[in-house]
Amino acid sequence: MLRLLTRELRLAWVERSGGAIALIFFLIVVSLFPFAVGPQPQVLARIAAGVVWVAALLACLLSLERLFQPDAEDGTLEQLVTHGLSFEAIATAKIIAHWLTTALPLLLLTPLAAILLNAPAASWGLLAAGLALGTPALSAIGGVAAALTVGLRRGGILISLLVLPLAVPTLIFGVGLLDPLAGVAALKWLAATTLVALSVSPFAAAAGLRAALE
Amino acid sequence: MHRFANPARFLRLARLIQPWTAAAMFACFGVGLYLALVASPIDYLQRDTVRIMYIHVPAAWMAMQTYAVIAVASLVSIVWRHPLADVAARAAAPIGVAFTAICLITGSLWGKPTWGTWWVWDARLTSVLVLLFIYMGYMALWSAFDDRQRAARAAAVLALVGAVNLPIIKFSVDWWNTLHQPASILRRGGPTIDPSMLKPLAVMGLAYLFFFITVLLMRMRADLAAQRLEAAAERRVMAQEVPA
Repeated sequence: MLRLLTRELRLAWVERSGGAIALIFFLIVVSLFPFAVGPQPQVLARIAAGVVWVAALLACLLSLERLFQPDAEDGTLEQLVTHGLSFEAIATAKIIAHWLTTALPLLLLTPLAAILLNAPAASWGLLAAGLALGTPALSAIGGVAAALTVGLRRGGILISLLVLPLAVPTLIFGVGLLDPLAGVAALKWLAATTLVALSVSPFAAAAGLRAALE
Repeated sequence: MHRFANPARFLRLARLIQPWTAAAMFACFGVGLYLALVASPIDYLQRDTVRIMYIHVPAAWMAMQTYAVIAVASLVSIVWRHPLADVAARAAAPIGVAFTAICLITGSLWGKPTWGTWWVWDARLTSVLVLLFIYMGYMALWSAFDDRQRAARAAAVLALVGAVNLPIIKFSVDWWNTLHQPASILRRGGPTIDPSMLKPLAVMGLAYLFFFITVLLMRMRADLAAQRLEAAAERRVMAQEVPA
């Protein structure tokens, strides 16, 4: 499983495409909002956290379609299974790899996005902490959706349809973290939501992969 | 349970039950609509608009109940690979969407005269909206695959993931709502509801339930018939391909 994870990371490094595109997409979505709602600093500061979260959520969706698809097409997935790797282990490795290659770079870019949106400097830390805690859940839910849609020609749009409703709690608690009154409660609930997502998703994604190879 | 795994036996049973559930449905709708729209008292605040409740509330009940049916059928499908469970889950989904849509639309129509707006980001409205999205994703996944077996597996997994998630979504939306909207909206009545309104509501709830059962059986029968037709067509093609 560890070898699979390093392989994934090495592949992402060599191809260097998916993650970078997601980052650029993230920044573009963030910078679209000032155009849409006006450049007033107070307005932007008010919506900054929500915008960063929604942009991160959308950016995470981008690379999901390619999470299992190439390996399913060229037979790598079957090879891995015949080598005795369980579907659950494959799913877990893929989810971790997705988080490391897509969500982690996004995290590093959040201060930049926060500056663009005139978010108060005090909120940067909370925003980044929320994303750090919440994005594993997004990768996990995304992993399930990607596994369920392996082999579909237009899987990408379907993945978005499946992931976004399920990501509502993460979004709510992630943004709630910045509320001065509810912050601590939001932190705990965000952590709980992520834990549930992480514990359920390897099995659900494995069931999806198993159905794909049957 | 596997007594009913045989589609022929199920079809026989369904054909036997369906007229009765249909009759019960029509009876309940007849009595329920009369009680709800004519015989029940008007609300002292809302006047006649309160009658929307008799359409709206049972739809909300059934929207949730139908998802529960899909989730249970999906569990049965995954654990026992029961062939009829997939048929039932697939047949139930559009009915659930219809209930959810009725719930949202009547709620919106009700909200305009009583709250003064078509839509508020109220906790219950929001979670029903998310439920609608989940239903739609579920149906989209079903129809995305050419291979029925594969579609059934994927949809069952999704339905169960959604079942785990729905309470979390419900809770998070409630939490978010109390955070953002300290009870600014006038809510309907008190916690208790007058018996004169409860009875029509209960009858309407039964009517919706019988409607669900009747349409579910109809859709399952239609689905099984369609599968048989497809299989027959495939056999015919195969027979033609065999060189004479």
